[in-house]
Amino acid sequence: MYRSGLPLLTKVLSFMAVAASIAMEERSVQARMASPSRFGDKAFEWLTLAMALAVVVLIILIGWQLWIGSSVAIKKFGFHFLLTSTWDPVAEQFGALPFIYGTLVSSLIALLIAVPLSIATAAYLTELAPLWIRQPLVSLIEMLAAIPSVILGLWGIFVMIPWLRDYPFPFLKRFLGWTPFFSGPIYGPCMFAGGIIIAVMILPIITSVSREILRSVPDLQREAAYALGATRWEATRIAVLSYAKKGLFGAVILGLGRALGETMAVTMVIGNTPQIAASLFKPGYTLASVIANEFTEATTDIYLQALFEIGLVLFGITILVNLLAQLLLRTIATTSATRAVQ
Amino acid sequence: MKSLKFCRQILTIGLLAGVSATASAQMLLNGAGATFPYPIYSKWFDEYAKVDPSVRFNYQSIGSGGGQKQILAQTVDFGASDGPMSDDNLAKAPGKILHIPTVAGADVVAYNLPGNPALKFDADTIAGVFLGQIKKWNDPKITALNPGAKLPDQEIVVVHRSDGSGTTYIWTDYLSKVSPEWKSKVGTNTSVNWPTGIGGKGNEGVAGQIKQTPGALGYVELIYAIQNKMPYAEVKNSAGEFVKPSLESIIAAMATAQIPDDFRFSITNAPGKDAYPIAGGTWLLVYEQQKDPAKGKKLVEFLKWAAKHGEKMARDLQYAPLPDSLQQRVLKRIDEIKM
Repeated sequence: MYRSGLPLLTKVLSFMAVAASIAMEERSVQARMASPSRFGDKAFEWLTLAMALAVVVLIILIGWQLWIGSSVAIKKFGFHFLLTSTWDPVAEQFGALPFIYGTLVSSLIALLIAVPLSIATAAYLTELAPLWIRQPLVSLIEMLAAIPSVILGLWGIFVMIPWLRDYPFPFLKRFLGWTPFFSGPIYGPCMFAGGIIIAVMILPIITSVSREILRSVPDLQREAAYALGATRWEATRIAVLSYAKKGLFGAVILGLGRALGETMAVTMVIGNTPQIAASLFKPGYTLASVIANEFTEATTDIYLQALFEIGLVLFGITILVNLLAQLLLRTIATTSATRAVQ
Repeated sequence: MKSLKFCRQILTIGLLAGVSATASAQMLLNGAGATFPYPIYSKWFDEYAKVDPSVRFNYQSIGSGGGQKQILAQTVDFGASDGPMSDDNLAKAPGKILHIPTVAGADVVAYNLPGNPALKFDADTIAGVFLGQIKKWNDPKITALNPGAKLPDQEIVVVHRSDGSGTTYIWTDYLSKVSPEWKSKVGTNTSVNWPTGIGGKGNEGVAGQIKQTPGALGYVELIYAIQNKMPYAEVKNSAGEFVKPSLESIIAAMATAQIPDDFRFSITNAPGKDAYPIAGGTWLLVYEQQKDPAKGKKLVEFLKWAAKHGEKMARDLQYAPLPDSLQQRVLKRIDEIKM
């Protein structure tokens, strides 16, 4: 159950947010309404509340199930599980550190590539592109989201990796080889390739959400900027992008949620070696990948327990990242609010 | 209009068929486990439906780990596994579990070199490469075995399976037998702590990475190498002969290997000069004492049919059938299943 539960988590989190905000909005609207006792409104309130609670219960259940499934491993390995790097099913020594590292680093690479691309695309689509080209472009981007992840993975093995290995990687190595990040031999499958394939996968979602957000920026904003003599670039930057900052950040977090749990395509190109290496040309491994790879053939109890604990760690990281994002979002909101006051 | 009528007809026929299918009392035998023999098992289930229409099979190829778990939990009528069950797992079973070997396969050493020369390997070289001690293609150990071949001064990119699999079990079982160092450092399992190399997911992942990476060397199932027209090496067996992996050399390995009474055999590094050394079997797992007599009877009938007739279909699907001597022993064992 938990294998399908983990990728679900990000969706679940966003659904929860939506359901909860509907429930809250409903309440504040009700306060403003003259006759709050109408049955339909009450029923709607309770219904949405029940939905929101069901999602919360679901998350708690997933967490509990993972906890139960890994209790023996947690007791046996303790904090060593999070801090050691050996993953040896034969000797039954399990440490999750390289997987945690791989998950975070590959997601970070993906964000560094996908965020500028997506937001630039969204800005072009809403602000600059001629009208006739917008719809076809939007459809194309959404089609990218519809490609099954295993197909992207195969494309990664047979097209992307040979190309990366022959052109961009040697180029990077020649000019940035003096940094630890681009040193060492180039095999093809590596952390960098994993990050790039995740970037391709989260691009459509960040672009689509960003586009919706930029579209919802009131025209008044743009008109005001132009009225003050702003150029198109200035208007886009100050009146649109800055105004939509909070929403765009949300779009990025949604993409990050997906990046953390992305499994199949990453597994096929990342090289699946549990190690922590500074060089991005070295193979890596992610939490989701090791579960997908080893769950079906894990025959001993402690091995299965360790894989469950990997799931629990991924669950924890996803929640932690979302919480951090909420905090960051709040900081951004307050700083821009104070700036507005000044 | 016409097409609508046609659709309705199809729908009616479909409904009728559905009703008639549920009307005749059919017995459903549930199985789960190994993915490697899935193609031949599904062929058997199809063919057996013609022999005994009263039985239907539902087989989920969820992996050997799942197969062992489910037969232990008695949620299936039979399990399937690419590796024999461990003593620990057998001890957990509520009754005696029998291992019924069905077919066998082999791992081949596949590689990608300019010109793809025919290569030969021995146990020491393979273990050396996978332990990360032999790093270059022109290492003296490799060139000594292949005097004619042009081997470049290039790094060997080792590719192994990243997912747990019976293929890896056979591979590591072989290396543990031939290399004491491998046995103490790494060991035998469906997935291990690899000293070197990159991991590809599934046979297709490993094959893809070998094909795409110049200088790569890895292991894939024989069927997979044949279907993908990949070059693969001859391997020196324990009798000192270089043997090309093939169905014949796998059968030879089964014929000469020591097969214990409980059939939890390992045919890697088998004696006999025709035996290919990196091969392994796959098993069905059933309880000796069947809980449901009616189901048990049908299961035994099927197992006998598979051992007698099913085996003949193995070659077409590139699986090695059991040698006759072993087949007789298996039939005797099936007779011991009690209802």
